[in-house]
Amino acid sequence: MSDLIRRSAADLATALQSGEVSSVEVTKAHLDRIAAVDGAVHAFLHVCTDEALAVARDVDARRSAGEELHPLAGVPIAVKDVVVTKGIPSTAGSKILQGWIPPYDATLVERLKAAGMPILGKTNMDEFAMGSSTEHSAYGNTHNPWDLDRIPGGSGGGSAAAVAAFEAPLAIGTDTGGSIRQPAAVTGTVGTKPTYGGVSRYGLIALASSLDQAGPVSRTVLDAALLHAVIGGHDPRDSTSLTDPLPDLVGAARLGATGDLTGVRVGVVHELNGEGYQAGVRARFEEALDLLRGAGADVVEVGCPHFVHALAAYYLILPSEASSNLARFDGMRYGLRVEPSDGPVTAERVMGATRGAGFGDEVKRRIILGTYALSAGYYDAYYGSAQKVRTLVQRDFAAAFEQADVLVSPTAPTTAFKLGEKLDDPMAMYLNDVATIPANLAGVPGLSLPSGLDQGLPVGFQVLAPARADDRLYRVGAALEMLLEQQWGGPLLAQAPELEVTA
Amino acid sequence: MSTISREEVARLAGLARIDLTDAELTRLAGELDVIVQAVATVSAVATDDVPATSHPMPLSNVLREDEASEPLPVLDALAAAPATEGGRFAVPQILEED
Repeated sequence: MSDLIRRSAADLATALQSGEVSSVEVTKAHLDRIAAVDGAVHAFLHVCTDEALAVARDVDARRSAGEELHPLAGVPIAVKDVVVTKGIPSTAGSKILQGWIPPYDATLVERLKAAGMPILGKTNMDEFAMGSSTEHSAYGNTHNPWDLDRIPGGSGGGSAAAVAAFEAPLAIGTDTGGSIRQPAAVTGTVGTKPTYGGVSRYGLIALASSLDQAGPVSRTVLDAALLHAVIGGHDPRDSTSLTDPLPDLVGAARLGATGDLTGVRVGVVHELNGEGYQAGVRARFEEALDLLRGAGADVVEVGCPHFVHALAAYYLILPSEASSNLARFDGMRYGLRVEPSDGPVTAERVMGATRGAGFGDEVKRRIILGTYALSAGYYDAYYGSAQKVRTLVQRDFAAAFEQADVLVSPTAPTTAFKLGEKLDDPMAMYLNDVATIPANLAGVPGLSLPSGLDQGLPVGFQVLAPARADDRLYRVGAALEMLLEQQWGGPLLAQAPELEVTA
Repeated sequence: MSTISREEVARLAGLARIDLTDAELTRLAGELDVIVQAVATVSAVATDDVPATSHPMPLSNVLREDEASEPLPVLDALAAAPATEGGRFAVPQILEED
């Protein structure tokens, strides 16, 4: 039974379809695992035992009645707490939403439910997805399953840790500047930020609307493609949702797994390597490039000279959009309401007291930074300039994709650092996303997969593709994964230390 | 490029409707000063000939058919409110007068 939790979502789907196992067995195995290890990992903020088992029973009954079901029907999943789930608490890691029960489902949750995927629970995250370590959650730290004293990345550290700790075969993440890919990198898992507009944002608690994108979190590239295909595609309730049909993501992953990349042009981004990147991270990256060359890929170096300004532009655009989006938390319609301790109880003073008590440090920092960047006298110099840098980053991508089919870089400059190490230095924390941010500014898709270990900790390899060409991520990602696993003799996570199991 | 003072942080916090303690004001002023210095570099590369981009994908107006659909039931919308009255959200007084 216990090895059910170590199987990929694709394997579980096959076993469910053949009748080898039931969804109740698979779901129960994961709920048991959560009970056994989540005390130490703390990936989950809420576990939906009854709801998940009810869906599993329903799927099993329909399957044995001969009903035609989605291929992933019965495969359980964890959902990041920034995604609203009807009847299930959704806090986005914030005290201001403690106990909030949404009255509707996000579109992507509707799609998971339509596919018959039991939702195991909601995962921990930096408050409103602001952070790179999940330490900004109002509900405590999530611990990296590779070393419980270290960060699981952020903001989606809960989803990545849940998958890495075998508490769920799949999870949903959201990526505004790297919040799917950077946690994947530091936990030895896989994560994709789809093309902007590729997955509906309806029902995501908005951070920065022009950057936010939901996507799959998994242990294998094929599993990410399978989940991406479930949640992706046009949604009339999101006006920025792309109307184009999704490319054949699963087919691309299967093609990639043959290990043949003959004729594929791989561009190494000169600016996303070198200074500031840990030596072991660079070494694993170079070794992966050798494997790609061996598979027939044509590896070239490309220059993206404006990427060095992307981080600065991002930390103006994101706070500006966030300061506007988070204005909805005013203590009037849902969530926390705090009345001032003295003086008149007016709406304005209630808002101030509520937001002062309900928001954590990083959220306050970014809202005030955004208010500053948008304020009269500074708008042109800060927000206006940042938007111009956004154009320059997009032009760099356009030129690079003339020379290469995909671009590659290390996902994050370092491996997982110790909890608390960067908490008092916001700029040092922001630098974790230096390699992932350009994709969000330009709307292009990106994927991170594990490329080995440095001193016992996972290193991530990032693949970027042009907008709407998400299939290329899966082809190149699956090829590299297959070649690496041949060397390792199995998945990287097989080398992770066993977590202590509590009864 | 100007730096961000404690008084400026207090003014911005007022605009953003976030009550801050004295200790928070002092700490935030120091942190924001470092961040603002770092991000101010964008103005050096953003020359006049570069157009601004607000969005990753070029989109024109997105329209749909004007079809009636079921809205969220009022009771569902009110269920999570801190206070309600007569089927509506109950809010504190809006104007600061008797």
